[in-house]
Amino acid sequence: MTAAFTDSTGAPGVHSGFQRSSLRFNPSLARNRWSFLFTALAATFAVICVLPLVLVLVYVLIKGGSLISLRLLSELPPAPGLDGGGIGNAIIGTIVVSLIAALIAIPIGVGGGIYLAEYSAGGWFSQFVRFGTDVLSGVPSIICGVFIYGLIVSTRFFFGQSYSAMAGGIALSVLMLPTVIKTTDEALKLVPNELRWGALGVGASKFVTIVRITLPSAFSPIATGVVLAIARAAGETAPLIFTALFSPFWPEGLFNPIASMSVLIYNFAIMPYEAQISLAWAASFVLVVMILAANLLARWLSRLTSS
Amino acid sequence: MVSKPPVEAFALRHRPIREKWVDLGFQRLSMLLASLVFLILVGILLTVLGGSREAMAKFGLDFLTTSNWDPVSESYGAFTAIYGTLVSSLLALIIAVPLGVGTAVFITENLIPASVRTVLGMMVELLAAIPSVVLGLWAIFVMEPFIRPLLDGLHATLGWLPFFSTTAQGPGMAPAILILVVMILPIITAIARDSLNQVPPELRQAAYGIGATRWGAILQVILPAAISGITGGVMLALGRAMGETMAVTMIIGNSTNFSWSLLAPGNTISAMLASQFGEADGIQVSALMYAAFVLMMLTLVVNMMAQWVVRRLSLQYS
Repeated sequence: MTAAFTDSTGAPGVHSGFQRSSLRFNPSLARNRWSFLFTALAATFAVICVLPLVLVLVYVLIKGGSLISLRLLSELPPAPGLDGGGIGNAIIGTIVVSLIAALIAIPIGVGGGIYLAEYSAGGWFSQFVRFGTDVLSGVPSIICGVFIYGLIVSTRFFFGQSYSAMAGGIALSVLMLPTVIKTTDEALKLVPNELRWGALGVGASKFVTIVRITLPSAFSPIATGVVLAIARAAGETAPLIFTALFSPFWPEGLFNPIASMSVLIYNFAIMPYEAQISLAWAASFVLVVMILAANLLARWLSRLTSS
Repeated sequence: MVSKPPVEAFALRHRPIREKWVDLGFQRLSMLLASLVFLILVGILLTVLGGSREAMAKFGLDFLTTSNWDPVSESYGAFTAIYGTLVSSLLALIIAVPLGVGTAVFITENLIPASVRTVLGMMVELLAAIPSVVLGLWAIFVMEPFIRPLLDGLHATLGWLPFFSTTAQGPGMAPAILILVVMILPIITAIARDSLNQVPPELRQAAYGIGATRWGAILQVILPAAISGITGGVMLALGRAMGETMAVTMIIGNSTNFSWSLLAPGNTISAMLASQFGEADGIQVSALMYAAFVLMMLTLVVNMMAQWVVRRLSLQYS
């Protein structure tokens, strides 16, 4: 810290009354050693953080990707103990259930977001709703499953059917709803007020202003949030295990149990059969590829706005 | 009043009655949709409470402190699962917080080129996108066999502690904790990164100006300034860890017997729900709903505290 310092402009004796610290970087100083140590520690932590992603991706790509074939994507899973078969019904099931969830959650979520951003002037009701949205997004996904089980499955709400694709979709939509509301609310708040004033100024009604001006200009952030919410819902298992259940057959309409990739992975991973376990890896591959693709799509959508 | 207005062009258009109705109707509709959030929350609470009424009446508060889970004699106590939920999420948090905050510092400070930082940040975000059931599959077939020798080593050296008193036989509490760490790391990292980015640059400049080293500035100025956001993120991660279901269910062993050992199979409330709810009937459904109610209250309290921390403790720089 107080290493001797000879000033280039003057004789050493000039500064002999006090010691000056060197401006030159001295790696052997304690403080610099600590600094280096902490940097190394942070780097290690970052590597540990990223390592699981790399490992999971590598294993899923190798173990699952090597199994992918047209047959696998288009056939039904085999009976326990038999070989071959595929995950065709689970792929369709995941798409169907996520679609139901999106069709329910998007109108409700966007509508609720519009209310928060456009109509409420920060009153108690909107604060209440924002608080409720935060609480709802923290509710564990398994509780959503229990809720829909109690509300729809055990009461045989749909034509006396207990487990159904519809119930699974509704459970997922409960999970998606807070995300959609929040992204809509935040996206609409980013729209400059001048656009609204301009529309109102040329005689548009509030409804026309929102539908023709504000919503379209907030389209891409809302779409980003919606795509991410759908991707998250597609990978969810907990709300589906006892709402949509599972089915080894092709989907039989919206009011019957339906297969999905996530439940297939859960059910097959703990089976003692090699064929089922490799199907679980294959389903993981398809699911991860779909979700990563959705994430890339969302990234691309959000870049549309920023440019 | 006697003649028509002199200049026709300036006449204001009257809003047709239909337009007014559409406006009002749309406002009411959006208000209704927004209030659905509340209906759902109340619905969840009522469903879970209604379903657990029977078990609450029968077992009362003993349900929380006893650990026998016996479908044959129909006596239920959820202590094993509640203990498992708390221990697994807290231990996961203790491991994940330094890792996550360290990573956040690493990708917000300019220690490495910006492009590498962006890639690292993106990878951590992608980790959050991997479905929990895929992580569970990976944990069963890759992670658990890999760490079993390490856990056996722990048992061999620290076996005199009750926490390591059994041998690792596969699924158990320890692998579940590790997979929870993987699952909550992205949340902690993302929120810590956002809070660190919001620290005003003047604080850092001032710290450097009075001669602080980089890590002196980080540890004594920047982290303290961002602590409220980080704490909020940590609490949110705790809530997530408590409610996390699939990966934990697949790797924790779903044992209803209580054990102090972290290497033995255990249980959490969400794992119990996932593995038993489908086949349960009678009072077992009610007991599971009671456990779900406990889980909901735990996550609710943690999440509300997280929001309170973020709102109240945040330092204001203006």
